[in-house]
Amino acid sequence: MDKCIACGTCAEKCPAKTTDAFNEGLAKRKAIYVPYAQAVPLKYAIDKNRCIYFQKGKCRACEKFCPTNAINFDDKEKDITLTVGSVILTAGFTPFNPDRFDNYQHAKFPNVVTSMEFERILSAGGPFGGHIHRLSDGQEPRKIAWLQCVGSRDLNRCDNEYCSSVCCMYAIKESVIAKEHLGADFEPAIFFMDMRTHGKDFEKYYERAKSQGVRFIRSRVHTITETDASGTLNLVYVTESGERVSEEFDMVVLSVGMEPAASAMEAAKTLGVELNPYHFVKTSDMTPVSTSREGIFVAGALQGPKDIPQSVVEASAAACSAGIHLASARGTLVKEKTFPAEQSVQDDAPRIGVFVCNCGINIGGIADVPAVAAYARELGNVVFTEEPLFACSQDAQEKMVEIIREQKLNRVVVAACTPRTHEPLFQETIRNAGLNAYLFEMANIRNQCTWVHSAEKEKATEKAKDLVRMAVQRANILEPIPDLSVGVNKSALIVGGGIAGMTAAISLADQGFAASIVEKSSSLGGAARDVLHTWRGENIQEHLKKLVDRVSNHPQITVFTQSEIVDASGFVGNFETRVKTGTEIHAIQHGVVIVATGGQASVTDEYLYGKHPAVTRWHDLEQNPELLTGVGSVVFIQCVGSRNDQRPYCSRICCTSSVYQAIDIKEKHPDTDVFILYRDIRTFGEREVLYKKAREKGVVFIRYSLNKKPVVTEAADGLDVRVFDPILQKELIIHADRVNLATAIEPSPNEDIAALYKLPVNAEKFFMEAHAKLRPVDFASDGLFVCGIAHYPKSIDESIAQAMAAAGRAATVLARTSIQISPLVSQVNRDLCIGCGLCTDICPFGAIIQEEVDGKGFKAKNISASCKGCGLCASSCPKKAIDMLHFRDAQILAAVCAAA
Amino acid sequence: MSNKTTVGSVLVVGGGITGMQSALDMAESGYYVYLIEESPAIGGVMAQLDKTFPTNDCSM
Repeated sequence: MDKCIACGTCAEKCPAKTTDAFNEGLAKRKAIYVPYAQAVPLKYAIDKNRCIYFQKGKCRACEKFCPTNAINFDDKEKDITLTVGSVILTAGFTPFNPDRFDNYQHAKFPNVVTSMEFERILSAGGPFGGHIHRLSDGQEPRKIAWLQCVGSRDLNRCDNEYCSSVCCMYAIKESVIAKEHLGADFEPAIFFMDMRTHGKDFEKYYERAKSQGVRFIRSRVHTITETDASGTLNLVYVTESGERVSEEFDMVVLSVGMEPAASAMEAAKTLGVELNPYHFVKTSDMTPVSTSREGIFVAGALQGPKDIPQSVVEASAAACSAGIHLASARGTLVKEKTFPAEQSVQDDAPRIGVFVCNCGINIGGIADVPAVAAYARELGNVVFTEEPLFACSQDAQEKMVEIIREQKLNRVVVAACTPRTHEPLFQETIRNAGLNAYLFEMANIRNQCTWVHSAEKEKATEKAKDLVRMAVQRANILEPIPDLSVGVNKSALIVGGGIAGMTAAISLADQGFAASIVEKSSSLGGAARDVLHTWRGENIQEHLKKLVDRVSNHPQITVFTQSEIVDASGFVGNFETRVKTGTEIHAIQHGVVIVATGGQASVTDEYLYGKHPAVTRWHDLEQNPELLTGVGSVVFIQCVGSRNDQRPYCSRICCTSSVYQAIDIKEKHPDTDVFILYRDIRTFGEREVLYKKAREKGVVFIRYSLNKKPVVTEAADGLDVRVFDPILQKELIIHADRVNLATAIEPSPNEDIAALYKLPVNAEKFFMEAHAKLRPVDFASDGLFVCGIAHYPKSIDESIAQAMAAAGRAATVLARTSIQISPLVSQVNRDLCIGCGLCTDICPFGAIIQEEVDGKGFKAKNISASCKGCGLCASSCPKKAIDMLHFRDAQILAAVCAAA
Repeated sequence: MSNKTTVGSVLVVGGGITGMQSALDMAESGYYVYLIEESPAIGGVMAQLDKTFPTNDCSM
């Protein structure tokens, strides 16, 4: 595997073709393959079941043509025994296979595809280069229908009664992207039961899709037939008002749900981990990533259907749990990679070595590599050139180290492929030879030259010479840049003492890190104090009491109640926060910040709330069970203040909460009529089971729309609720003894915290994470994390998972004594600086400040630890007093001038 | 646990987006990580997706 340089010759020569599973069977691949172009590791592998040599005993074409002797037919499967302290199961899910059901016609009609197949059809890297066409005849579709809940919420056909949580959103996404591809007259339609856009910024996406012309039809399609030989499809469905409609579509996309991967279930069973009735790994709401076996944790879709951010949250939470489990052995099995001492090059004239790579035939087959190398040899300060077949191969790397030493090179230029994939490798190589990593420069003569000019060999050679000349001129004035590291104060400051803040604190303290909690109110507990049970029925108050006790008594945790943060400064590893308790000010030094400021149910003036005693909200009835004795009817109203113009988001937890309460009322008072007035029921994931149970118990669900909201009026002996029933097409009047409102969840006031730590919030005042998918608990600035409702409304189990994730992410900082930071930062020339402050205003990371210098007024000062090297400050400076290291104006201009 | 010698390594089963995040977090907080994946490349299902909601970012 070390020898493979992923040149692709083996796959080119391999005569055996097979189905490409990565492309969902829509393309062929060879028996020797990489699954996809960006695969890691980028190494070719032999599919033994398809390889002619393994099946029939002869061929070995790949071996014959491999330029680096990387093929080893003797390699055997072997058993490896590992001794580990902990296990994290993350083996994921399998998309539901609809072939076993004839009603979807996936196996029979070419123009019925699954959503996974459609992802590959859409992908620019997919089998059709992103060109959407029908599989039957290659025609561009004008109309596509998406069918929701295929393999989800379906007991009749497939036994998956849960909701897969992600399909509504991915169907909207696919329809919107398809429209981008196919233009304004493309007509997408989504057939759904309830639209479940319950995540952060999902509702806005849904509304935008509607305005972009995506048609949403609340119906299940019952029949799909082919109308003609070209493969056009006819769909038959019944609208909500009872009308039978027959409509033609060019394609149908089945929004398939998630099932636990068979191999994952197998692995879980082997490890003796308990599964739930749906074959996902069983967990508790209070310990959302712990399996039934101590030391074995689970994260992602193996625990239940969920989207990417929630999977990433659980991944970090599982790392946190494993970190607690293994805390006493931290650092015992890892060692830092060491490099030889760096030689000083400051005073020496440049001695540049240029390596012009052939990249097999990728470069050498088109450009005249010897001519390019000869040309480079004539450039000033170039003392050595070479033309390796593959500069990145292991032997070429070893040779490069020798050459650098022998030739006393102090700058290295590699003219080859892209620095995006290969610069780190070459930088490591020159470090192994004792050179600073930043004395390296790359010229991309493959992707930007021979690949795009393959038909013009001479011009390609000339362009390669230009690119090499530019790189050499820049290399001439490259300078060594020392590593940048900062020390780490191994403690955390946590803003907010609710369940998220406390969970984060205890998760860090149990790993041996100190934590301070700053809580505004007089006691710990936050919004969780109002909730009795999780959606799985676990007792929250019991858990909360234990948690408060542990937090209050943990030697590593300091709690400041009735306290507020008045000032904050510093950067990752080195923050200082000033906390005011009464009249006293505490200055706290800490390495990380976790924001867990929480949220609350909003107050409303709708539906007679606050005007009539029988109108309550959220957990009022649960907390005051006497309000339900002898009561004839209870009406729950959903989306009170959510999913409207004022708050264009779904509060995520209200449907589940009301459904849970409705079941509870039905169990305790079977004669009480319970109604839930809703817009879409969003009992996502396994919460769907509660929805089913509620219907079985006789809870009546009536859908309303934003333009026909229910009306609550005072009646002689209680309340009258008027609501238009879209199934009956009639207005109903429900006499209610109690009306309970699911009011919108809003974030706690957080402007002060956002301003003090320079943290972004979205339009609805929830804190904004660094990346919606991949960094759901990090802020963009290092060392700052977010969890709980401060980030978005979420259930207790989700808040706990995110709090543990924040602690897990924080531990990646706190586990070190110092942190290496990219040294490619901005640098102020104070002699030129006029202290105008533009750079400070424009910096998104708080990495450049104004400092008063005696007798010289204000001057800009870099906080290198916070700098991301974006260059905004340098480009905004009116005096050109700021340079970016490694990308100084002079260095860029040297390359530009060389091109001119 | 205190009576036994704790081993400072972890096995992560599955190299999709979840497994990779767990592995990185564990490695960066001082533990040796074994990441096992049944296919020849890590990346999982996310690598097969075209774009991600709600930002329409490229999945790759």
